[in-house]
Amino acid sequence: MTDTNRPARAPKISVRSLNKVFQRKEDELHVLADVDLDVVAGEFVCLLGPSGCGKSTFLNIVGGFETATSGTVEVDGLHVSGPDRKRVFVFQEYGIFPWANTRANIALGLHDRSAQDVERITQHYIDLVGLRGFENSFPHELSGGMRQRVGLARALAVSPDVVFMDEPLGALDSLTRLQMRGELLRLWRSEKMTILFVTHDVDESIQLADRIVVMTQRPGRIAEIVPVTMPHPRDVGSAEYGRIKNRLYELLGVSHAV
Amino acid sequence: MTVAPLAIAVGSIALLYVASRLRDPWPKWLLPFASAVLFSCAWQLACEWKSYEVAQADGSLRRVWVWPTPGQVATGMADLLSDGTVLRYSIASLYRVAAGFGLACAIGIPLGLWMGWSLRAFQAVNPLVQALRPISPIAWIPLAILWFGVKDASAIFLIFLSSFFPIVTGTVTAVRAIPVVYVRSAQNFGLGGAELFRRVVFPAALPQIVTSLRIALGIAWVVIVAAEMIAVDSGLGYLIQDARSASNYDRVVGAMICIGILGIGLDWAIRRLEMLDEVRWAFPKHRSELETEAVRAKLDLARARKVVKP
Repeated sequence: MTDTNRPARAPKISVRSLNKVFQRKEDELHVLADVDLDVVAGEFVCLLGPSGCGKSTFLNIVGGFETATSGTVEVDGLHVSGPDRKRVFVFQEYGIFPWANTRANIALGLHDRSAQDVERITQHYIDLVGLRGFENSFPHELSGGMRQRVGLARALAVSPDVVFMDEPLGALDSLTRLQMRGELLRLWRSEKMTILFVTHDVDESIQLADRIVVMTQRPGRIAEIVPVTMPHPRDVGSAEYGRIKNRLYELLGVSHAV
Repeated sequence: MTVAPLAIAVGSIALLYVASRLRDPWPKWLLPFASAVLFSCAWQLACEWKSYEVAQADGSLRRVWVWPTPGQVATGMADLLSDGTVLRYSIASLYRVAAGFGLACAIGIPLGLWMGWSLRAFQAVNPLVQALRPISPIAWIPLAILWFGVKDASAIFLIFLSSFFPIVTGTVTAVRAIPVVYVRSAQNFGLGGAELFRRVVFPAALPQIVTSLRIALGIAWVVIVAAEMIAVDSGLGYLIQDARSASNYDRVVGAMICIGILGIGLDWAIRRLEMLDEVRWAFPKHRSELETEAVRAKLDLARARKVVKP
């Protein structure tokens, strides 16, 4: 175990010897093998790996949607036994409800609050993600980037401790994706939550993460945890950036130059 | 005698040809109008071909029509409209369809939602539904008369049967097709039980439920005519049966046309449901009702080729 796997502070999320095996008709599919990970509060951690390496399964287990075959997942020292509003997911842009307008989508998690609270909180997050004027629009009337802002606002509106993101920018075009990364960092700094972000985009992980958890092909194991200490905004042309990028490609087993 | 319809037919073919050559926008009614005229001419010619002449006592010839001509049907329809028969029988038929279809919605939608959401309910009820579904509602007519007599209730029961199965099956499929991401989002934000159902399951399934309602209503309108020919003594189906007994084929065809027109009206009405805010997201948005995506691609290519060619 490397020292980058053991932050000094008490961990917000603590995963120990996590295994996940899917039973299939004929055989078993070993998806995750002995994954150990600690994430401290306020950290931005990217899970990077090839498709099918189990990173989404890992996120689903930590989020409480699926159960582990063996191993433990704890948040704030408590065993995770199901999804919780303190730990919310942001899916790809189709995760928001197409039958509800912006306001109703963002208010999804506020169903037990008073009408004034809902109105106030919803408007606050609509403004925060820059969707003023689109309160009554339906998702099919919005662009991909705007839909993703609705998804982000919906998650932030419940003031979560942890936000899980499963390739949230994967369905966006590259320019919108770049812009949304900046937005995401701004929101992360202002809202001070812990983010666990799944991606298969090397640049995305270097631009966003405090630490990058690189996973191997199935069964998914942690190949290495790469810390990124460069301050934001990060210069993609810097030597440090290039060094990290090379290291990530090396770990993923693909050549950087094509 | 034959010259007039032939001339009109040739004229309408010419009109169809010209209309299809015209650069858009041509009047929207031109093509449907021309094809309707052409159809009527073909109908008239067929009637004349089948007709024959008989010598009268005074030596003159009288033409005997075997098949009702468009003109005779128009007169028959005018009679039916003016004496109020069509109105009265249309109301009778529409009432039965409304009652049977309404009942099928009231039972079928909740049952379908339950079966789609609960695996146990699906296992328990679905085999029964699938076994009853292929039985034509017409096959139920003897039992319907046995249970309800030659009354409204018989026809309503048959309409209920004909729309119930498409609605249940459509609703079950709709619920079972809800993407996992919607349900997970709801669970994540603490929605459960009735709230989950009201705010996620029902709205997510609604577009496909609306589609199944449209299919069911179409089937119901087909079945009501058959049901009324046997199980009751009023309605548009009964009108056909009654006119046939009197060998009045003008009225038979007139009633058929009324059934067609009302069918279009019913479909138009239920399609309004697809435009509600709650379901609009699931239906493709065409630039116009005529021009679909695929047709547009074809036309774009044709135009592009014209530009390139000298």
